[in-house]
Amino acid sequence: MTKKTKLLLGGGIVVAALAYLINSGIQEATVYYITPSELKAKGGAVSDRSFRLGGMVVPGSLHWEPQTLKLTFRLTDGKEEVPVEHTGSPPDLFKEGAGAVVEGKCVKGGPFQSSMIMAKHSEEYKPPEKGQTPTEHIHRTLVQPQGTQP
Amino acid sequence: MISTLGRFSIWLALAITVYGVFVSVLGARRRRPALIESGQGAVVSVFGLCTFAVLLMEAGLVGHDFSLQYVARNASLDTPLFYTIIALWGALEGSILLWVWLLALMSLLTVIIERKRQGELTPYVTAILLCISAFFLLLVAFPADPFTTVLPAPADGRGPNPLLQNHPLMAVHPPGLYAGYVGWSIPYAFGMAALITGRLGEAWIRTVRRWSIVAWAFLTVGIIVGGRWSYEVLGWGGYWAWDPVENASLLPWLTGTAFLHSIMVQERRKMLKFWNVALIIITFALTIFGTFLTRSGILSSVHAFSDSAVGPLFLAFIGLILLTSFSLLVYRSDKLQAEGDLDSLVSRESTFLVNNLLLLGFAFAVLLGTLFPLLSEAVRGVKVSVGEPFFNTVNVPIGLGLIFLMAVGPLIAWRHASLESLRRTFAGPLCLAILGAGICWLLGVRGLYPLLAFGLSLFAAITVMQEFVRGARTRRRNTGEGYLTALSKLTSRNRRRYGGFIVHLGVTFVVIGITASSVFKLEQEVTLRQGESLQLGRYQVRFDDLSAWQEPQRFVVQGNFTIFNSNHKVAEMRPAKRFYPAEQQPIGTVDVRSTLREDLYLVLSSFAQDGTTATVKALVRPLVMWIWFGGWVMVLGSLIAIWPDRRRAVATDQAREHMAWQPGRS
Repeated sequence: MTKKTKLLLGGGIVVAALAYLINSGIQEATVYYITPSELKAKGGAVSDRSFRLGGMVVPGSLHWEPQTLKLTFRLTDGKEEVPVEHTGSPPDLFKEGAGAVVEGKCVKGGPFQSSMIMAKHSEEYKPPEKGQTPTEHIHRTLVQPQGTQP
Repeated sequence: MISTLGRFSIWLALAITVYGVFVSVLGARRRRPALIESGQGAVVSVFGLCTFAVLLMEAGLVGHDFSLQYVARNASLDTPLFYTIIALWGALEGSILLWVWLLALMSLLTVIIERKRQGELTPYVTAILLCISAFFLLLVAFPADPFTTVLPAPADGRGPNPLLQNHPLMAVHPPGLYAGYVGWSIPYAFGMAALITGRLGEAWIRTVRRWSIVAWAFLTVGIIVGGRWSYEVLGWGGYWAWDPVENASLLPWLTGTAFLHSIMVQERRKMLKFWNVALIIITFALTIFGTFLTRSGILSSVHAFSDSAVGPLFLAFIGLILLTSFSLLVYRSDKLQAEGDLDSLVSRESTFLVNNLLLLGFAFAVLLGTLFPLLSEAVRGVKVSVGEPFFNTVNVPIGLGLIFLMAVGPLIAWRHASLESLRRTFAGPLCLAILGAGICWLLGVRGLYPLLAFGLSLFAAITVMQEFVRGARTRRRNTGEGYLTALSKLTSRNRRRYGGFIVHLGVTFVVIGITASSVFKLEQEVTLRQGESLQLGRYQVRFDDLSAWQEPQRFVVQGNFTIFNSNHKVAEMRPAKRFYPAEQQPIGTVDVRSTLREDLYLVLSSFAQDGTTATVKALVRPLVMWIWFGGWVMVLGSLIAIWPDRRRAVATDQAREHMAWQPGRS
């Protein structure tokens, strides 16, 4: 073998290894991303691979049980709704009426079992609606009974 | 007033860039020094005008001039002064203004430092830097105008995004990253100037290498500090999520690292000339692509995005760069033939070749993973997302290969390494590394990748230290100096070589930190009543109570926790939630207790409104501090590598005088 063939062979092996890694990585790690309507269209169940479900948190559907860390809510895309169960506290930017993406699995007939919640937020954020001060409630219950400020 | 003056200075700067490009090229072609100097004068004026524009913007922010839309959106009467000042880079328009200013500053420095040295290249370098400035000034003049006004001016602004006013690292992360991005414009300008003039000798390579290390060091600072910001602000206990915008900063870092290595092969063996220019072009294009990804809103990301007209302009600019640069490169390819030849597969140049293949493979995988969702939706109409597992599957093995090369490459001989020399250099470190990996196994480390990562990092660190010890010992024997003197003289006499070794040492710290903190983390989330504790690793975390108070710009609820380590009180920790009036949702503030051994990381997830219970998330992540520390070691190493060397400077100046171009003589 000449040096050049050796070199090409070596380079070829490295490139082939990279291609193999990338291909297997893509096979393994792409997560399908669907909406509640698409989930319903598939009959409400998707195989044992996890996928992502994106939608808006239905106002009034959010329920958080601190003792058991159980969080339930419904996600909607405007047409269909999917109930979601999650263990763990809601992320800071997660709220009713706002967009969220959950990743997990879904058995037919059961709620979506979420293992990760991604709350969507943007740089452009809206001021609170008129007459509403988000901290007022907490302020009243948490600060005034104790009456102290450090 | 500010608006008018600001727009005026931007427009004037834009006009001057166009003038400067024109006279520089004309001066170079007609060989008129006066025109060339006028082009350099344009660089000075552009810097002056951009500085003026930045100062105006700052005056608007600090003076609360809410008639400026940017100020109304990103400052408020209650925002502390520090965060008001750094709100300059809190959103799109301001950050592009900062970018323009940094580019003007770096162009000015280039002209001042390189004017005398680079002869014929200088006017073209000036022209290309001014072209890049012109593009960004165009953005500031039209789609990203920071001086847009609102009528009537609101009485108060909204203030910066709460996430951006929650941590002082915001003052360092974006400017560092931008300086890193902008820095690559200079090697690119030199590369293009060399292609245009056809002067593809060795002189420009030396200059480019130094500027590349500067850009690389800034980019490293930006990335590491960004990771730390993410760790301390976003509250998920991690520092890197393979988020599109994070990837965007990693891409030019990877190709830039490849360039810094392959350029040595060109200097030493006169090979890879075509490849090196191609790498500069790719790296520069990736810095522009990075800004595009951050600012176009094309991919969803944890980073705040804005939909604006800058996207298409960026794409057009990247297309233009790639098209003209590669055409020029192909046009000059006959001047870029290798003079040396690869003699053996066991040689330094071949390890550098493989290093380049791996780094580019790494970059390609990251690029593919980042863009795959777009491609999939465009081609197959299926929405997918590519998560962390993809990047880990592909990049962990590549990374391990790179660490191996990092250990072996710098010590293997050029041209051909004999088996005997390999044994002499590597037998000791290899035995020690295997021993180290064995100890890790005894300590409970399991799994091939973690063991390899620890073993190879150890191998690389030991080879580097062996090199320092051997060098110092030889010097001590020859000169009779003490160990420390010998060590520091050794380093300062061979700054490039030993600076590089220190960078490698820093990389091994980072790798060890990343491996330990991602493989051995503990995590628990529990709701506690007052006085109750949770147990995590060796720590007990006791919830004492909540306190709350109003600050001018926000309302704060803080959880007070006492930390015990086997019944010894070791710390009090205070994670909090901050409520900003302009934002309906609270911003969490984590509390981290860092030691060399591990971090204890507390997040206040939620709390009962009567203050009796709190849900807390606690994480133990080992060796996280090693990542930040390793990052600074890398920066220190690059500083040592570029520190001017008086002895060498004199010699190269003589060489440069020899080849300096004189007007009127061809």
